[in-house]
Amino acid sequence: MTPRFELESIECRYEDRLALQVDQLSLDAGELTAIVGPNGAGKSTLIRMLAGLLRPQIGDVRFDGVGLERFTDRERARRIAYLPADTRLAWPMIAGRVVELGRHPFLKPLTQLTDLDRRAIAEAVSRAGATGLTERRFDQLSSGEKARILLARALATQAETLLLDEPGAALDPRYQLAVMKALKAEAASGVCTVFAGHSLELVSRFAGRVLVIEAGCIVADGKPRDALSPQILSDVFGLAAPNGIIPPDWALA
Amino acid sequence: MKDIRLIGTLIALCLIVAAGSLFVDEFPMRALLAGDETARLILIEIRLPRVVLGFLVGAALGLSGAALQGYFRNPLADPGVVGVSASAGLGAVAALYFGFSAVSVLALPVLAITGAALGGMALLLIAGRGASATTLILSGVAVGALANAMVALAMNFSPNPWALSEIAYWLMGSLRNSSWTEVQIGLPLIAMGLALNMSTSRDLDSLTIGEEGARSLGVNLRALQIRLIAGTALAVGAAVAVAGAIGFVGLVVPHLLRPFVQFEPSRLLLPSALGGGALLTTADAATRLISGDGVPLYLGVMTAVLGVPFFFHLIRQTGRQAP
Repeated sequence: MTPRFELESIECRYEDRLALQVDQLSLDAGELTAIVGPNGAGKSTLIRMLAGLLRPQIGDVRFDGVGLERFTDRERARRIAYLPADTRLAWPMIAGRVVELGRHPFLKPLTQLTDLDRRAIAEAVSRAGATGLTERRFDQLSSGEKARILLARALATQAETLLLDEPGAALDPRYQLAVMKALKAEAASGVCTVFAGHSLELVSRFAGRVLVIEAGCIVADGKPRDALSPQILSDVFGLAAPNGIIPPDWALA
Repeated sequence: MKDIRLIGTLIALCLIVAAGSLFVDEFPMRALLAGDETARLILIEIRLPRVVLGFLVGAALGLSGAALQGYFRNPLADPGVVGVSASAGLGAVAALYFGFSAVSVLALPVLAITGAALGGMALLLIAGRGASATTLILSGVAVGALANAMVALAMNFSPNPWALSEIAYWLMGSLRNSSWTEVQIGLPLIAMGLALNMSTSRDLDSLTIGEEGARSLGVNLRALQIRLIAGTALAVGAAVAVAGAIGFVGLVVPHLLRPFVQFEPSRLLLPSALGGGALLTTADAATRLISGDGVPLYLGVMTAVLGVPFFFHLIRQTGRQAP
């Protein structure tokens, strides 16, 4: 089976600074992959490159065996949903309208949402735990509620690939746990799910695979227990953790 | 259609304003009803084209303002504030100065549209997308200053006082001397521009979640830019060509209507066109009433005097919301 993403000998620079260098990486459908690493290590760069928003200067990203740059913008948008880290909205629209934006890649000019679109939206709202928020104005939601609406927006595309840049960053533990459960469910339903995150405990508990990035290079790749070894934790994160990361056993009360 | 009531209300408002504008200011109503030919000619050949043209120009400015605000995600964007109107004015002044406008009636609109397009491109180049309010205003000031400097240069070297006064009066903006010829020139160009701007509506909505988000939804930002600049240049360039420089309509109208469409950029476009039309028609009728028999009050002067305090208010408000 062709992997969802294949990267080979990729180099990505911002002016002179090498932001990301990947020799070989493939990501499969149905897998929940976490990208972790210190600030500025290149997590967002990798996510944006997978999303087709950033083209590497050297090498190319293959999506289902085809070069990502060969997809039209619209076709790519239908197959890859991307949730940026930025949770700000330019205008205080009604939250439900924000979720509807997820259907943008499917809408033809001058047409309304179809029943299919509406069903996708309703499903995304419930999976993101945003039920009851859609009638409210976005700027009157709390940051956790905003994040849920934006997650629903990404889910509403029903893409086969879901890329998330720090979903649920700076949110309370309960919401972070809920997001992880939602992402796990996406991966279980066959979606190639990749997220960048900082919460090592949750990553170690939920992710099927962890990529550790440091200074633009992938320094560890594997199951959480192997990738987040005491050695890596000490070298990359500067943490003394002789027993590794112990996944928390909290559940939603 | 979600906004059927809002749009219906605005259309009704336009009709009321148009009717008022046709018959105010000592219109010989009795003569018209008596079947007087002169009165009929005043109505059909003088008043009606003026009202139609006022509506068209207002619609062009209102909708372009709404589209620019959606694109820049900034309520301070307006064809006048960002220097597009001034650039169109420069194109038109060039046509007047070099005498092209005497050669062909199309020279003035064509040059005005070209000027507007160049101004728009310069703005994009300087400000960039998603510019902060400050950057946007400063870039607009720069583009407008350049255009105004060139206009001043043309006035400086104008061969005689009549040419000078022609340019000066023209720049103040007016719908006097409107005829069906101006409507014939303005209507197709403005309609094309508005259609182009309307075609951006869904992409403008997507931009609400930021540029990266919009791109991930399949929005091609470069294509969007081209459509927006072309549409605004056509609409504003043609509006400036037929009516001179009229500012602030594109700033005021979208801002007032935004809450009625739940802040959605796409739904703001059509109401802003109607609202702009109604506002400009009203302002024009007001200038006629105020002027009476004395020195005529110019429409562009009127909208500026009313619009600038509003602009101050907006800057204060925006400054308080975001750094």
